[in-house]
Amino acid sequence: MLLIPCPWCGDRDETEFHYGGQAGVPYPERPADLSDEDWGRYLFVRDNPKGRFEERWSHSAGCRRWFSIVRDTVSNEIVR
Amino acid sequence: MSEHPDRLWRNPEPRSGYDVVIVGGGGHGLATAYYLAANHGIRNVAVLEKGWLAGGNMARNTTIIRSNYLWDESAAIYEHALKLWEGLSAELDYDILFSQRGVLNLAHTLQDVREGTRRVNANRLNGVDAEWLDPDEVQKFCPVVNTSPDVRYPVLGATLQPRAGIAKHDHVAWAFARKADELGVDLIQGCEVTGFLKQGNKVVGVETNLGPIRAGRVGMAAAGHSSVLASLADVRLPVQSHPLQALVSELLEPVHPCVVMSNHVHVYVSQAHKGELVMGAGIDPYNSYAQRGSVHVIEQQMAAALELFPIFARAHVLRTWGGIVDVTPDASPIIGPTPVDELFVNCGWGTGGFKATPASGWTYAHTLATGKAHPLNEPFALERFTTGALIDEHGAAAVAH
Amino acid sequence: MRLPEGGRIDRTKPLRFTVDDIEYTGCAGDTLASAMIANGLLEVAPSAYRQRPRGIFAAGVDEPNALVQLDDPMQLATTTELVDGLAAILLSGKGRLIDTPDPTRYDKRNVHCDVLVVGGGPAGVAAALTAGRTGARVILADEQNELGGGLLTENRLLDWLADAVDELDALDETRILTGTTAFGYYDQNFVALAEKHRLWHVRAKRVVLATGAHERPLVFVDNDLPGIMLSSAVRQYVNRYAALPGENIVVATTNDAAYGTAFDLATRVSTIVDSRPEPPRELVRRAQELGIEVLAGAHVQQALGTRRIGGVRVGDRQIACDLLAVSGGWSPAVHLFSQSQGKIRYDERVAAFVADKSVQEQHIVGAANAVYDLAGCLREGFRAGLEAAKRTGFDGSLPEAPYAATETVAPPTPVWFVDGPEDRQFVDLQRDATVADVRRATGAGMRSVEHVKRYTTIGTAHDQGKTAGFAAIGVITQLLGAEAPQGTTTYRPPYTPVSFALLAGRDRGELHDPVRMTPMHDWHVRNGALFENVGQWKRPWYYPRPGEDRKTAVLRECRAARTSVAVMDASTLGKIDIQGPDAGEFLNRMYTNAFAKLKVGHCRYGLLCRPDGMVFDDGVVMRVAENRFLATTTTGNAAAVLDWFEEWSQTEWPDLKVWFTSVTEQWATIAVVGPQARTVLSIVAPDVDCSAESFEFMTFRDVRLADGTPARIARVSFSGELAFEINVDGRHGAEVWNAVMATGLPTPYGTETMHVLRAEKGYVIVGQDTDGTVTPQDLGMEWIVSPRKDFVGKRSYRRPDAVRPDRKQLVGLLPVDPEDLLPEGAQLIAPDTSLAQPVPMLGHVTSSYHSAALERTFALALVKGGRQLIGQTVLAPLRDRTIAATVTEPIFYDPEGTRRDG
Repeated sequence: MLLIPCPWCGDRDETEFHYGGQAGVPYPERPADLSDEDWGRYLFVRDNPKGRFEERWSHSAGCRRWFSIVRDTVSNEIVR
Repeated sequence: MSEHPDRLWRNPEPRSGYDVVIVGGGGHGLATAYYLAANHGIRNVAVLEKGWLAGGNMARNTTIIRSNYLWDESAAIYEHALKLWEGLSAELDYDILFSQRGVLNLAHTLQDVREGTRRVNANRLNGVDAEWLDPDEVQKFCPVVNTSPDVRYPVLGATLQPRAGIAKHDHVAWAFARKADELGVDLIQGCEVTGFLKQGNKVVGVETNLGPIRAGRVGMAAAGHSSVLASLADVRLPVQSHPLQALVSELLEPVHPCVVMSNHVHVYVSQAHKGELVMGAGIDPYNSYAQRGSVHVIEQQMAAALELFPIFARAHVLRTWGGIVDVTPDASPIIGPTPVDELFVNCGWGTGGFKATPASGWTYAHTLATGKAHPLNEPFALERFTTGALIDEHGAAAVAH
Repeated sequence: MRLPEGGRIDRTKPLRFTVDDIEYTGCAGDTLASAMIANGLLEVAPSAYRQRPRGIFAAGVDEPNALVQLDDPMQLATTTELVDGLAAILLSGKGRLIDTPDPTRYDKRNVHCDVLVVGGGPAGVAAALTAGRTGARVILADEQNELGGGLLTENRLLDWLADAVDELDALDETRILTGTTAFGYYDQNFVALAEKHRLWHVRAKRVVLATGAHERPLVFVDNDLPGIMLSSAVRQYVNRYAALPGENIVVATTNDAAYGTAFDLATRVSTIVDSRPEPPRELVRRAQELGIEVLAGAHVQQALGTRRIGGVRVGDRQIACDLLAVSGGWSPAVHLFSQSQGKIRYDERVAAFVADKSVQEQHIVGAANAVYDLAGCLREGFRAGLEAAKRTGFDGSLPEAPYAATETVAPPTPVWFVDGPEDRQFVDLQRDATVADVRRATGAGMRSVEHVKRYTTIGTAHDQGKTAGFAAIGVITQLLGAEAPQGTTTYRPPYTPVSFALLAGRDRGELHDPVRMTPMHDWHVRNGALFENVGQWKRPWYYPRPGEDRKTAVLRECRAARTSVAVMDASTLGKIDIQGPDAGEFLNRMYTNAFAKLKVGHCRYGLLCRPDGMVFDDGVVMRVAENRFLATTTTGNAAAVLDWFEEWSQTEWPDLKVWFTSVTEQWATIAVVGPQARTVLSIVAPDVDCSAESFEFMTFRDVRLADGTPARIARVSFSGELAFEINVDGRHGAEVWNAVMATGLPTPYGTETMHVLRAEKGYVIVGQDTDGTVTPQDLGMEWIVSPRKDFVGKRSYRRPDAVRPDRKQLVGLLPVDPEDLLPEGAQLIAPDTSLAQPVPMLGHVTSSYHSAALERTFALALVKGGRQLIGQTVLAPLRDRTIAATVTEPIFYDPEGTRRDG
């Protein structure tokens, strides 16, 4: 049961949150201009590091805001 | 055929090079090595395992074996696996305790019923044994399942694959390892790959904590660690690693005769040979390499289990654990070449890797031996994520496998 | 035998109990095991695999032999509190589930605290005291029913303990949980505790682990005979329970601790066998004073006897005894520490794995930290408690410690196993696993302790290796000729077994998953509706009249909708209120079709896709005002669509000013469907002009009903009939429904009829006619895919797989025999296909019904290149027959839409 720091509500149990995977993967500016390879990468390929990972969470049972944290995927320590 | 042979494997020092190096000494890596030697006569092979053989998901799964997948491509490879399972104890001369006790996939909603019917019909035409059971038949097949209509999500029916069942995971791993070793494969434990030796875009070996090892071809079979391993060769995979938890109870007199799975209420359970109930939970949602998960996932699973099996209420959880499952966007595996020459990948089995072990090894060995996909693994190439030709098994895989 | 005095039992409160149906009497304060010993009952059920006699071996959670069946399938006699009437059956390793319902109500509590102290021995009590005195919120949890831990075993500092417990009891912010085992230590100091019927979730700022240590067994020939017991257990039975397990005792040890047992039982102890060539002189001297012989540098090679130990062989000497107290050293209970990701290391000095480095906010003290002298335990406890409190913002000072003689603990000399038959030297008593088994594993090539564990099953039984684990590691180390143990197996939750029911808590039966009901639910129940679970909702499925089966009822309901008027409770559809100046632009980016220019007062059907282009949801969107829309979603996807909107607006387009609110339950919705819909409206909403000219299709208006209730009436149709949806405040839902029914005209219908009506029109149900692999184009809905604007998913339609000509497409099917109903989920093949498996399939039936309007059966299907097959025949091979059907356009009724527009 992770303790996740919602920037608006403070530390809350993991069960209040919804996971959103890697942070910082923007929707392409002009999808129509992308090659099939690039579009496929946008759709399906995300980082999967062992160690520090900047990821998105949504405080779905609270303020319903999305935010990013950096968590260590081995220790589960939340770095920021 | 003995359950505990006296000799399993040598513990050799790595040689300077091999025709094929397999990275990852789990079930799939060991099976691949065995079939490379047995089917293709390629015996100058090393399996490099950074920990102990078959200590990852092979040691942690709930040992369910079935082939009743929806899509043709999946049914073909899993059914090939099931046929291999049926002869595996004899082939490997090791009792893997394969028990074809039947797997029920319960339906709790009308949509579950439609999907179950669809799968049964598709399975039959694909040569996979499958039956649809109504609630009374479910009750007869597995008397401990609560088929009362008065529960929150009553059982409306179930698919049954009679040939499906469970096996003893450790025995499977050791059986493959023993035979591979006997055929000359070097199984090298405590050997961690730290990089790839490359010439241009071609892999020619690996760097390890035990020194460099040259290789004609390299096959990755690293399950939850596939992304980390592939990144050493600058290959990005459409894979995310998640914790998947499971648990066992104390030993109990026989009470549960088959395997029951329910995607709707997130439970799958069987009673192993010794008598313990073996149960799997849903995937923890976040990426993790920690081989452990959160307790609320277990608590939810217990609540769901007791809705289905009230008689389990007084049983005890003896041990919980977690594996790292490598999940792809379509819940189907990736087996085939990578953008780097002579580097191949076998990963993305998610929650379903154990049951595929022999077919994964069979097809991957073919791929590593010939450089080309076997017809069974051709649809599972990386390029499907570019073309969009996914094999979406979320329905069949859901939580469970 | 029960000693005439001493112990912490209450001799004035006798308790009757049975073991294997034989009646005995114990005392309040006994465990089942202590009461058995007091009754001279040491032997328990034979071992699971080799049927060897076994006896009570330990006194706590580490017991491997004394398994009993109560109502629970498997309990330890050593941790079962004796109660009057207890009926225990001895078990050989395997329990039995009984199928009588468990009447107990299990519960959970979630608490936060500043300092959680796990373990109520001297170190834990000391830690709780110094932390509690600072005013910090402290929880002290101990698995036993009385605080004190080792003090109760050793009969030491009992006055101090009593005072400390009184003081802790009196502290407002300190909570003592006895009989409560911390079994799981998860991330960010989340610790799960099991009380008897209550599960505690504790989130602690700091945790002090004072979890003690487990005494290890000794491995020698026939070391499993009844009458061989851990030395600390012997001491505990005697001192705490006044239960004497033997009269003529030999003590075998590798370390100092067992001397305490010998001294406490001095008159009954003949010999101490110490593996150390030079045991501490002070201990030897004291033993000799008490008349106990000390054999230094010696160890027990073999236990003698058949059903009970009768003696031991030490070298070439035989020493008679009826009880052998063994101590193979101590293993700190680092289970929780290790679960918390703390790193452990092997410490030669104490011959054990000890805590090395914490990862979480915690302290580990006392025997758990391999500190075995009482003064040291107290010192560590006091310090850690204070430090923990300080770290959480409180302040205090160290108290003066009670006097405890300073002891130096001499290092142990481990003995892993002895010369002699290895298949009678037991490592794991419960698994009947011996040195021979370990040797077989290492001989076969295994090096890792994990492999050996799996091969021999050592450490996998009910006790999870609390006694056997380290013994196995020692044996492996010696067999492999290694210098020091290489590692342990992983410690996993739970520390002790936890019942399924406790973990499930109240989340069962009616509370398993909430039931969502519409405001009109009671009416549906009263009027005989059968219900379908859709997500958490209960939706009326159909309303059978007496004697009607489903088919008859549904045909009747359909006929009513097509020929007169019928009503449906559509309240479960998801509804999202979307507001903001950029709402139109936002919807443009989400839906495949355009919304920015939708006129106020108008509705539009929209389709949502995932970025991979696959259909995700659909529904009608109304423009309520320039900056305000109301989007409806499918019942099952309401939450997912809201999440979807919020995710895109917050994470991709935070510049867009748009906000979302779920209003699903704020509205009750009644669909009035059929040619006589206007008649119903004219009664329910007499002021509304619903003529075709005035109230156009796909418009809505806010009105008042006959009784003044405000309502929003929309002219939308999911049936192809003339239809109006009356939306009212949820609180008025039931009365407005009653008003509609009171007109005497409508027939109520459920989801099944809704499905038939929409299928006759070829309208898809997302999730039934789609499965996450279907594009709008596959559904023949190119018309809704805007060529002009970008939207989520659009790029995917140019991928090679999306433009394949043989994609599966939605088509209609008419069985050649109009009475034949294709099963939903039937697979389809071409007529000339060979039935040799695998049979190439074209697709499958997604929806299939009897139609009242068509007076025949019909179906929808997804078929490869289906639109090219229109007019041709396909086959559905079923188990016992094959159904032939003609492929058609996926629309069967009123293709021009004249009825809808009527």
